Amino acid sequence: MKIDIKVLGPGCTKCKTTYTNVLEALKQTGIEADVIKIEDLEEMMKYNVLTTPVLMINGVAKIKGRIAEVKEITDLLLK
Amino acid sequence: MFNWLQYFADWLIYAVFGISATTHLGEALNFFVFDTLKIFVLLFVITTVMGVVNSYFPVDKVRNFLSRNKMYGLEYLFASTFGVITPFCSCSSVPLFIGFVKGGIPLGITFTYLITAPLVNEVAIAIFAGAFGFKVTAIYVSTGIVLGVIGGFTLGKLKLDKQLSPWVQNIIDNAQTEEELEEEHLSLSNRFPLILKEAFNIVKGVSIYIIVGIAIGGAMHGFLPTGFFEHYINKGQWYAVPLAVIMGIPMYSNAAGVIPVVQVLVAKGVPLGTAIAFMMGVIGLSLPEAMLLKKVMTWKLIAIYFGTIAFFMILSGYLFNAIL
Repeated sequence: MKIDIKVLGPGCTKCKTTYTNVLEALKQTGIEADVIKIEDLEEMMKYNVLTTPVLMINGVAKIKGRIAEVKEITDLLLK
Repeated sequence: MFNWLQYFADWLIYAVFGISATTHLGEALNFFVFDTLKIFVLLFVITTVMGVVNSYFPVDKVRNFLSRNKMYGLEYLFASTFGVITPFCSCSSVPLFIGFVKGGIPLGITFTYLITAPLVNEVAIAIFAGAFGFKVTAIYVSTGIVLGVIGGFTLGKLKLDKQLSPWVQNIIDNAQTEEELEEEHLSLSNRFPLILKEAFNIVKGVSIYIIVGIAIGGAMHGFLPTGFFEHYINKGQWYAVPLAVIMGIPMYSNAAGVIPVVQVLVAKGVPLGTAIAFMMGVIGLSLPEAMLLKKVMTWKLIAIYFGTIAFFMILSGYLFNAIL
């Protein structure tokens, strides 16, 4: 099953870094995934977030309110 | 507590670089090295401590706590105190705002949190402690908490719901108290390396502003005569405090650098209350935040929000000038 990754954030530096880290982690692990960046606030609020950025993998919020490091993402992906 | 840093600064400037302690340059460099190191040490320690505290009170729990408990006004104080311990980034303010009202938390309490969270944050506390000592820092923090309570309460009484964007009003009408998002939980020992890393990132992020701020402060410290500003700004001028707050509002991004400069202004004769009011304006209200809040509020509400907080900041400035 293809992994579904969402990065939620209104476009601040932290959110952009998280997004590029996700792409880097996917490259390193060779895992294929659908990566969606959600920047629209109304859309974001459907996921009930309070702090941004949020990294969601398969519908579960894994990391909230801080930058997700490449190493952390690869660990989460390989689990 | 920081004697060891002073020894190091003395040793570095006077012994290693061989610059005499009696020259302006030696004095300014010594001030620069000592102050920079002191603030960096404080900043790292305080962000780490806050990170640990915060890992026990993440913002989700804060929201659930506030939406479940009605405490006859005490919830304002809780919201304000939570604002101090949770880290805040202006890009989170809008999701946070909506998340709170969505959880059924009254608008006034949401405002309380939104006022205190940026005003009293770990970076401001650390730099305040480094620049003015712990007594002034304690006064600043407690004023920030009180200001959040009074400001939020006032805004709550103004019945501003109609000034929110329609889609936000829609969310309020469908507010739910209980809503848990599935997530992972880590033990403190697992979280601690992440907390340290985050603390390091925060220090790294503001370091350039601090260094520039202290460098400017150091230069002024060495070259301006003591009492220089007393001729221009003193407690007798009623307009100094409002002017200080209004000037402070557009200066957000340099908050970390502004405090070391203001420290020197105070040393050279600017009244402390006026200086604190200025820094509250710099740290607590910002134009980027106003732009973000536009997505959920009308301009009218943003103006009321900023105006109310600025008013209370000005009051605190007068109060400090009267008692300090």
